[in-house]
Amino acid sequence: MLPEIGHFSLIVALLIALVQGVLPIAGAARGNARWMALARPAAQGQFVFVAIAFACLAYAFINNDFSVLYVASNSNSALPIQYRFAAVWGGHEGSLLLWTMMLSVWSLAVTLFSRHLPDAMVARVLGVMGLVSLGFLLFMLLASNPFDRLLPAADDGRDLNPILQDPGMVIHPPMLYMGYVGFSVAFAFAIAALLSGQLDATWARWSRPWTTVAWAFLTLGIALGSGWSYYVLGWGGWWFWDPVENASFMPWLVGTALIHSLAVTEKRGSFRSWTVLLAIFAFSLSLLGTFLVRSGVLTSVHAFATDPRRGIFILGFLAIVIGGSLALFAWRAPKVGLGGSFDLVSRESLLLSNNVLLVVAAGSVLLGTLYPLFLDALDLGKISVGPPYFDSVFVPLMAPAIFLMGVGPIARWKHAGIPELAIRLRWAFVISLLSAALMPFAIGKWTPLVSFGLLLATWLFASTIVNLGERLKNQQGPWRDRLARQPYSYYGMLLAHIGVGVFIVGVTLVKGYEVEKDVRMEAGDTVSVGGYTFRFDGATQVRGPNYAAARGTLRVSRDGREVRTLYPEKRLYTVQQMPTTEAAIDTGFTRDLYVSMGEPAGTTAWAMRIQYKPFVDWIWGGCVLMAMGGLLAVADRRYRLGRRNHVKAADLAGASSVPP
Amino acid sequence: MKPRRKRFALIIGGLAMLGIAAALILNAFRSNLVFFFSPSQVFAQEAPHGREFRLGGLVEQGSLKRQPDGLTVEFRVTDTARSIPVTYRGMLPDLFREGKGVVTQGRLGADGTFRATEVLAKHDENYMPPQAADALKKAQQANTQAAKTMHLAPEGMD
Repeated sequence: MLPEIGHFSLIVALLIALVQGVLPIAGAARGNARWMALARPAAQGQFVFVAIAFACLAYAFINNDFSVLYVASNSNSALPIQYRFAAVWGGHEGSLLLWTMMLSVWSLAVTLFSRHLPDAMVARVLGVMGLVSLGFLLFMLLASNPFDRLLPAADDGRDLNPILQDPGMVIHPPMLYMGYVGFSVAFAFAIAALLSGQLDATWARWSRPWTTVAWAFLTLGIALGSGWSYYVLGWGGWWFWDPVENASFMPWLVGTALIHSLAVTEKRGSFRSWTVLLAIFAFSLSLLGTFLVRSGVLTSVHAFATDPRRGIFILGFLAIVIGGSLALFAWRAPKVGLGGSFDLVSRESLLLSNNVLLVVAAGSVLLGTLYPLFLDALDLGKISVGPPYFDSVFVPLMAPAIFLMGVGPIARWKHAGIPELAIRLRWAFVISLLSAALMPFAIGKWTPLVSFGLLLATWLFASTIVNLGERLKNQQGPWRDRLARQPYSYYGMLLAHIGVGVFIVGVTLVKGYEVEKDVRMEAGDTVSVGGYTFRFDGATQVRGPNYAAARGTLRVSRDGREVRTLYPEKRLYTVQQMPTTEAAIDTGFTRDLYVSMGEPAGTTAWAMRIQYKPFVDWIWGGCVLMAMGGLLAVADRRYRLGRRNHVKAADLAGASSVPP
Repeated sequence: MKPRRKRFALIIGGLAMLGIAAALILNAFRSNLVFFFSPSQVFAQEAPHGREFRLGGLVEQGSLKRQPDGLTVEFRVTDTARSIPVTYRGMLPDLFREGKGVVTQGRLGADGTFRATEVLAKHDENYMPPQAADALKKAQQANTQAAKTMHLAPEGMD
């Protein structure tokens, strides 16, 4: 009964989405206040019904209702309860429901935090989101209904893919989708601005916090996914340039460009068309990401679904969304007008350079990801584009961007001089050059790669300190007051930039100094890796709730002192008869010790992979700092003040707005 | 600077950046494309010597041998028409099994043995790497064709 209620709720939500997508936009165009006023209640109603559908599916999973095809395909009565819940988004249909659920959560948030926005704007924004939701609901009901019945019911389910049975998988997809779907708000604001012709500093101020929050979620989601593949896939890699990873990384790159471009549009009124274009691209790439991962076109660890019909639907949907919004852009953008002018050397031009670099980088990832698919589709041969391509394109593109990251925040708006910037940054230059030359010796061997990475990272740290120092020096009063006087958004920016530096340190040192040994170990054998000694004490059989495993015991010591005992496992999940490798990791601030079991290589011997990974956790630490920076920026007073004094703010901004 | 010259400089700068990026990308692209070949194609000398490529198909039943060091393995990759010997040193993926689909990346040695640097098997029991599936399909079609022209068994393999 409950699955039918869920199904019915989706149909109701579809009808509401239709109302939400059509009437408020039409109302805004014709000045019909009653139609416009439908936007909020429609979005809230849609949230309620999508939530009911989601709850029904979750209930079916938790209570092992194997008469629902999707549940039977993705769960099992022996599956622990937290994974039965996470299994809701373990497959194609449920992921789409999660996507729609997230969209309705974002829409609900817009209805709640938009009191200061003009009614027409709210109507258009929610209308656009309603149209997006309409597409997804239609897709679910036509081609991937999670509530389809399986009659007669299965005795037991086929179980969740064992590599998804992990705490990381419980939160990774919701985080990632919060980010993906969050860009729909930025997209909706951009489309609303194009429709209304109001594309000014006020508009940028409204859409900025939404974009930044979405970006922060996406950052966390990608970091979680990377961490998940690090410890679940069992081989210690943290980024494979896998098409699925690229699918989430492309919107991140464009989203990063977007939040910076929005900053310029808000502060200086420039880059308007560019900002709108980026908002369209960021969301289009999010949709493309969903399409790539969910349609089964990829040959990848993540490709769950293999139904081409669905692919064609999403392809059509993508064509409508991207084509439609770009057509609208082409039609309306010429009326947007230019913002304030700026010189060749100025904060604007530096930000623009980085924007271009980020977009080009996203383009190169897109090329490397889609080119093999195109060739395959046109029957021109099968190729793959491996990590070396992405590495050799990405590093040269990002290196100048990171150099400019140090300069941009201290450069003046409108006009800045190169000699003046060079003088202000001279200490940062000296420090980063020195550390690039010397620090590799302190950590290990000097190599060009490590030196270059440390140069970029210390450059970021040093220029951030210069930035903060200059900012505080120009103020009066005791230091604590001076620190307290700076807005949150400023600290958010610093924190995010430091996060990038921390990330670079992690990547550089793990690439430069990691040690990996594949060895055959008998019980009692020792092997030494990265200054640590690993002694294998044999393997025993253990049983989990839905798997059987061989568990190895390795005692790790350093200079005769016991450090830790690690228990890697080789599991066999009984339902799917699928083996998995459970690595054992000793996490530390400056290094991880990573042990995974391969195949048995004799009666008591096992093949083992033992790895020493210096500073690997800094990679994710950097991502967390970036995300925190984003959230801190959103907590800024001016967004809250903006809500209270909206009338005044709108008046002020209105003076600088350009008539459509 | 005059506004027009400024705009000109901006455009030139932007174009130069895009040009450099395009050169970088295309260069990296050319040198990092990895082509895929089936055992039949390798047998027909279509695969390059001295350049990395991918070889895919099924792990032939009964062909997997482990060296005494416990890490080096030998097996044959087959598309049911031809099979190519492969050596690999390192950990095999969890789903590597005889009779299952596999894609390997490496170089072809002078002795006709494929030295793999990477072995990929997919994380789903029912899932066949599409490249491997494709190689099988082609080999089967070729077989059927051969069988028809020789007026032998009406069906292909199996």
